[in-house]
Amino acid sequence: MKQFTYTITDPVGIHARPAGLLAKFAKTLDSTITIAKADGSKSAEARKLMALMGLGIKTGETVTVTIEGGNEEANAAAMEEFCKENM
Amino acid sequence: MALPLVRCASIKKTEAQTSQTSARTPSEEWERFEAACGKAQEQLTALYEKALNEVGEDNAAIFEIHQMMLEDDDYLDAIKSIIDTQNATAEYAAATTGENFSAAFAAMEDEYMRARAADVKDISRRVVNVLTGVDDAQMIDDKPAILVADDLTPSETVQLDKSKLLGFITRHGSSNSHTAILARTMNIPALVGVDFQDDWDGKLAVIDGYNHCVYIEPAQELLSAMEEKRSNDLKQEALLQNLKKKPNVTLDGKEIKVYANIGNAGDVGLVLQNDAQGIGLFRSEFLYLDSQDYPSEDQQFVIYKRVVETMAGKKVIIRTLDIGADKQADYFELDKEENPALGFRAIRICLTRKEVFKTQLRAILRASAFGTVSIMFPMIISVREVRDAKEILEECKAELTERGVAFGNVEVGIMIETPAAVVMADELAEEVEFFSLGTNDLTQYTLAIDRQNPKLDHFYDAHHPAVLRMIKHTIEAGHRHGCWVGICGELGADQTLTETFLRYGVDELSVSPASLLPIRKMIRSLDLSKEAQV
Repeated sequence: MKQFTYTITDPVGIHARPAGLLAKFAKTLDSTITIAKADGSKSAEARKLMALMGLGIKTGETVTVTIEGGNEEANAAAMEEFCKENM
Repeated sequence: MALPLVRCASIKKTEAQTSQTSARTPSEEWERFEAACGKAQEQLTALYEKALNEVGEDNAAIFEIHQMMLEDDDYLDAIKSIIDTQNATAEYAAATTGENFSAAFAAMEDEYMRARAADVKDISRRVVNVLTGVDDAQMIDDKPAILVADDLTPSETVQLDKSKLLGFITRHGSSNSHTAILARTMNIPALVGVDFQDDWDGKLAVIDGYNHCVYIEPAQELLSAMEEKRSNDLKQEALLQNLKKKPNVTLDGKEIKVYANIGNAGDVGLVLQNDAQGIGLFRSEFLYLDSQDYPSEDQQFVIYKRVVETMAGKKVIIRTLDIGADKQADYFELDKEENPALGFRAIRICLTRKEVFKTQLRAILRASAFGTVSIMFPMIISVREVRDAKEILEECKAELTERGVAFGNVEVGIMIETPAAVVMADELAEEVEFFSLGTNDLTQYTLAIDRQNPKLDHFYDAHHPAVLRMIKHTIEAGHRHGCWVGICGELGADQTLTETFLRYGVDELSVSPASLLPIRKMIRSLDLSKEAQV
């Protein structure tokens, strides 16, 4: 299992567009990716668009990204890259 | 504020009838659902591509999101579970799941996410419609209707299919907002600031643009009265069509130019259809607002050239980039401002980000080789700005000459839309060949009233004497120095002021394409040799 934290910079948070891109991207990876709110109150699998949107993550919020199974090393790096570019 | 047309239409469609219990087996129902889902995906692909072509990637993205929502595992699992455990029809399962998921979004804290409830309902409705054989209920490819929405941004307003949109009603916004102004340009009745009810969906409605109200399911008597009003309107419009090709001359022989304002290249058809003598204001910022990144010189050139060529030698006045304030494009990365109307916008951006400005100026210059083009600088407050802008224009000409690219003679003018420019009109007139009064901003700055704030509608007087005196002063100052002076703001189309402006000596009025014929009719009915009637 690999984990990193990321602070959302997109002014509207994880809204529909980035969530859609994230879900699409997560489906291309062979790990199970989970996005969790910093306080651990809610989490969602990154492949599930509506669950992601349901987190209601706003700009400035920090999320924990967990990568499990598959090529964790490479997928964690790819996810970090993705977050920086899109969220 | 009176709007020009009265029309009636049902607001969207009625919901499809779905029966709950299925006579088929769950696996048969699931197959039905999957087939319908495939069809819905095809529809969304078509919509996405249409939107991509017409309005760009950003606005088209919503259909891509809908496609992804339709592939969402949780959503699909929920539908499958209802089919399996309740022996339900696919349409019942889809509709119920849509309701459940949308309720979850509607309960969220974040306003943006609450609004996504509508998207979940939308995709479910699309699948249910496929299953029940109902025509797609989406506004964008449905029968003509009145659109009811919380709010519409300017770019949304522009992207609506004008042939399907009979009118729109929004909860937010004011009659002076950019969106309302665009609606008038498109000749679409619009009511803003209406606290509508959700159950209006599917009901018959009539917008009475004259009285700024909407009737839901009107009684027969009222409906007949409205239909009569509309038929009178159409007759009036037919009469106006007779004015085509006739000169814009008052009864006592004063001729005045009547030009059109346009917001994008697609409006040129309306301009020619209404027989305008030219384009008095081509708002170039739409090129930037519809784009994901700075439009290149070539991209801009193609659009300007198309307009200039279509106008076939008639004058086209292109206003350079007027972005900022209520018109924002993300890639400009403009800072949030306390007072955007008084902030970093229009010529101020252009003179600061010289390369952005020069790209546009070169594109306009190149287009000038194909017809008659004038360049107009917005938001001027000082002589120095005009000189700086002209110097940059000269640099661009030199660059094109060096590249061996042809360009024509371009007339240079400025917008008069700040009180400072009015006061300095004599000096400014020495620098340019024409003035065009932007009455919307001039009114806002003179009266210190924010156009976007509906609470101020009560204090706002479009005919405030201070504004009228400013207009008069500008026209007189321009004429003293050999400048012609036009009006391209909303007041130019205000028929109650046409006589006043003509008496001030205005040379040109530039109005939305829909206002061209009424203004021309008004001009032809005036006699300036008679005493003014007050």
